[in-house]
Amino acid sequence: MYSEITSNKRRSVLLLFVFSLLAGLLAWVLGAYAQSAGVTVFVLIIALVYAITGYFAGGRMSLALNGAQEIQKKDNVRLWRVVENLAITDGLPMPKVYIMQDPSPNAFATGRDPRHSAVCVTTGLLDIMNDQELQGVLAHELSHIKNYDIRVAMLAFALTAVIGVIADFMLRMVWFRDNDRNNNQLILIIGIVAAILAPLIAVMIQLAVSRKREYLADASGALTTRYPEGLASALEKIAQHGSVLKRGNTSTAHFFFANPLKGQSISKLFSTHPPLQDRIARLRKMGSHA
Amino acid sequence: MTWIIIGAVVVVIILALAAMYNGLVRLNQQANEAWSDITVQIKRRLDLIPNLVETVRGYAKHEKTVFEDVTKARAQTLNAQGVKETAKAENQFEQTLKSLFAVAENYPQLRATENFQKLQDELTDTEDKIMASRRFYNGVVRDFNTKRKVFPTNIFANMLGFKQDKEFFELDEADQAAAEKPVAVKF
Repeated sequence: MYSEITSNKRRSVLLLFVFSLLAGLLAWVLGAYAQSAGVTVFVLIIALVYAITGYFAGGRMSLALNGAQEIQKKDNVRLWRVVENLAITDGLPMPKVYIMQDPSPNAFATGRDPRHSAVCVTTGLLDIMNDQELQGVLAHELSHIKNYDIRVAMLAFALTAVIGVIADFMLRMVWFRDNDRNNNQLILIIGIVAAILAPLIAVMIQLAVSRKREYLADASGALTTRYPEGLASALEKIAQHGSVLKRGNTSTAHFFFANPLKGQSISKLFSTHPPLQDRIARLRKMGSHA
Repeated sequence: MTWIIIGAVVVVIILALAAMYNGLVRLNQQANEAWSDITVQIKRRLDLIPNLVETVRGYAKHEKTVFEDVTKARAQTLNAQGVKETAKAENQFEQTLKSLFAVAENYPQLRATENFQKLQDELTDTEDKIMASRRFYNGVVRDFNTKRKVFPTNIFANMLGFKQDKEFFELDEADQAAAEKPVAVKF
């Protein structure tokens, strides 16, 4: 597991690098178009501030966006104990626990490292799952925390938002320019193409990163509980009930245990989660090897 | 030129030794922490016992031997030192606790009281926590022992002051059977 953590830390650095490059390129094109280096610097500073705020406030933001409420032990002893025991097994500090009022079963973990982390489950999950299934789901979420997936996800979230903002800014500048400078035609075209492509690339990187982590969290979650069947049957119940949230939000979709958005079949390229059937099959295989 | 090469080799060896040493220190530290977590949970369980014994005694005064056994086993666990002794005392204590609950089974009125139910609930929770912390501890110990034995650390581990493997916190038979069939993880 420790190699997973290292590789995730490396992945975080790579992600930062690629996105900085992308942001730098966009800012440069913007500066070239406006024919002023000041614009480039200005955009980069804004982007930096935006990214840092996103990274540090992202956890609270994603919880607030999804309408989650923090609980204490007395509010839901069952959930609290499951989380507490799993945190002990994984050797993690106790994360904050949140509940979100929604009838569909789902859960997510967020934060930047194990010391600043939170898990959140829906009321639907608490109602539908038995203790072992609940344990399976939360072991999966705590694996995300332990393996620093939450940090990668948080970075991806903040950086995708930044690219989105710069691209938006560019398109606006193109629409609202006062006087046409003919010598800028080429840059203008590059700018428009970049402004459209960059957010797409950003989102696709974000999704690819998130999908791969799901299988791994399933596997290490099963290792924690030593009972893959718990998680497998939880996933099966989710396949029956559907994990679609009433207030599904695209920007936080990749945090969740199962895809919270409608239209799961559109395309594999644009999905934050691998297909449920596949995840169940993999877990069952682990169980039968025991 | 030769001096530069010799110097470079020495630097590389020192760096490698430092990395090995730090790795061992980190795991050693983690194992100690994990051990103290186990003792915290064990202590928490022992703290519940006097109250439980009093509650059961209120309904079953004549079952003296059971109360004495539990109290004795509790004291033994409380005084146990080191991993092996604690594990042994713990297992013994668990047996006497089982017989205490077996006694309680015969008194439906007792089982119906809120106090008894609360104690039982707390005990189950602490037991789960002992198991959880034990699993983490054994995992860290396994990592530490493996690190001590793999090449090239095995050559230097003694020299660096890590002379012995750490002891696992051993399980009783039922748990042992479950642990011997670990989950196979395949990707």
